Amino acid sequence: MPRDQQSRVSRRKVLAQLFTGAGAALLAGCEAASRTQWFPKILGVGEHLTRGAQHLLTSRRSMAQEFEEADLSPQFRSNGTSNPKSPAYQAHARNGFADWALQLGGLVASPATLTLAQLRAMPSRTQITRHDCVEGWSAIGKWTGVPLSEVLARVKPSDSARYVVFHCADQMSSGDLYYESIDMEDAYHPQTILAYGLNDAVLPIANGAPLRLRVERQLGYKMAKYVMRIELVGSFAHVGRGKGGYWEDRGYEWFAGI
Amino acid sequence: MTSSAARSYLYERHALLVRITHWVNVVAFIVLLMSGLQIFNAHPNLYWGKSSYSGDPPLLRMTAKSAPNGERIGVTRVFGRDFETTGVFGLSRDSRGAWTERGFPSWLTLPGDRWLAMGRRWHFFFAWVFVINGLLYLAYSIASRHLTRDLVPEVKEWRTVGQSIKDHLRFRHPTGEAAKHYNVLQKITYLVVVFVLLPLVVLMGLAMSPWLNSLWPGWVDLVGGRQSARTLHFVAAWALVAFVLIHVFEVIISGVWNNLRSMITGRYRIRTEEPRDAT
Repeated sequence: MPRDQQSRVSRRKVLAQLFTGAGAALLAGCEAASRTQWFPKILGVGEHLTRGAQHLLTSRRSMAQEFEEADLSPQFRSNGTSNPKSPAYQAHARNGFADWALQLGGLVASPATLTLAQLRAMPSRTQITRHDCVEGWSAIGKWTGVPLSEVLARVKPSDSARYVVFHCADQMSSGDLYYESIDMEDAYHPQTILAYGLNDAVLPIANGAPLRLRVERQLGYKMAKYVMRIELVGSFAHVGRGKGGYWEDRGYEWFAGI
Repeated sequence: MTSSAARSYLYERHALLVRITHWVNVVAFIVLLMSGLQIFNAHPNLYWGKSSYSGDPPLLRMTAKSAPNGERIGVTRVFGRDFETTGVFGLSRDSRGAWTERGFPSWLTLPGDRWLAMGRRWHFFFAWVFVINGLLYLAYSIASRHLTRDLVPEVKEWRTVGQSIKDHLRFRHPTGEAAKHYNVLQKITYLVVVFVLLPLVVLMGLAMSPWLNSLWPGWVDLVGGRQSARTLHFVAAWALVAFVLIHVFEVIISGVWNNLRSMITGRYRIRTEEPRDAT
């Protein structure tokens, strides 16, 4: 074999190995990078780009699609906690939440507690919307509740309030209580309601009784079930593990618009 | 003067920007596919319609169940028909070798083990890389006339589609000066990928975003609803995989090193029996 031909063959062999090697290294690298502290933060830039772009494209009050009765899912799927175990919650459940009251506090002018009867007496909104789980499935339900804006009007948030934090009754397998947070734009959105009814009936325990949040432009994990206390804050850095929600503390995006 | 000695020469086949965007696209596509399958695995079912719980069964479902003999098996249901897919779909080994219920196997997902949050991070970062890279390619192709000059078939070429199909089936490829141009099937395929499949996969991805659904409530119903969009996203992604497989196959059988060199350095070797330049 002539020398230049020989060197060409070996060069090709090296190139072939380089390509398969590069592929394997790329995947092994991705796997290792996922487990570092710094790399997922770089990937997290995607969340900010998405949030910025989606807010540029839509107005503050852009409405989530509302559906017809015919679109309702025969049974609304329960995901995550389906019945909080804590004795306090169980006592309320046995009592039909008659003695239960929502606590409202934090950066507000007049903290308050509102019973289920008081919440039901306030203006209500009913909406048939699609619930999109981060896992990929969707279900359509008819929700009735009080707009969060009505509840906030009662307690008068101070100007320094930037987020609304929802503290829940369900303890997760890690031992932490579920919580979530949304910004003031979502808090005052017309479709953001504290729902006490599902499909023309009382909200079942499996779906978050006595009260659950609906934030219709975001994924299901934002829509906290078993809401016990609402707190207005300037920053959620000191709530839970600091990322703004139970699943956010475990790597999910705070902005769940996609 | 005639130079008959020049029977092979290199010419500049791919512009620098086309080469860069090609390889960025390779990396982005691999990451998007594998992280996409990680996301799919969080709910390995596909539906048609607005919701997953409409009363209709899923079009596709991957599960693990116990066979009559007590053994765990992977089952893939497609349009109501069950197939046993143990080891690949429904039930496969995780990175430590333990049998686990999962849609696609760990060697096809990023990360390998079940980790939806991390899969989403990869997916939504590289979605931006993919879209910005694609727009760069598109802007360049239009501005430089690469699109109209090299990719849009000429009117007379349409009549040669039948011949081109025969040539492809016989693994015959243009040689000499004819190799300087894409053949008509290649042009049509590239146009379908660039203007149909890629926009479709991106648009159906965006259609799954509840926030973007509020852009114009109801627009997602134009394709059948959010769950239909998820199914179309999946189908378009696999159509792109099919394209990649055929593309790589054609690259290999039509002179792998010459093709690869041209997509790395830009230079492609033309071998011709005819004189190179006759003046």
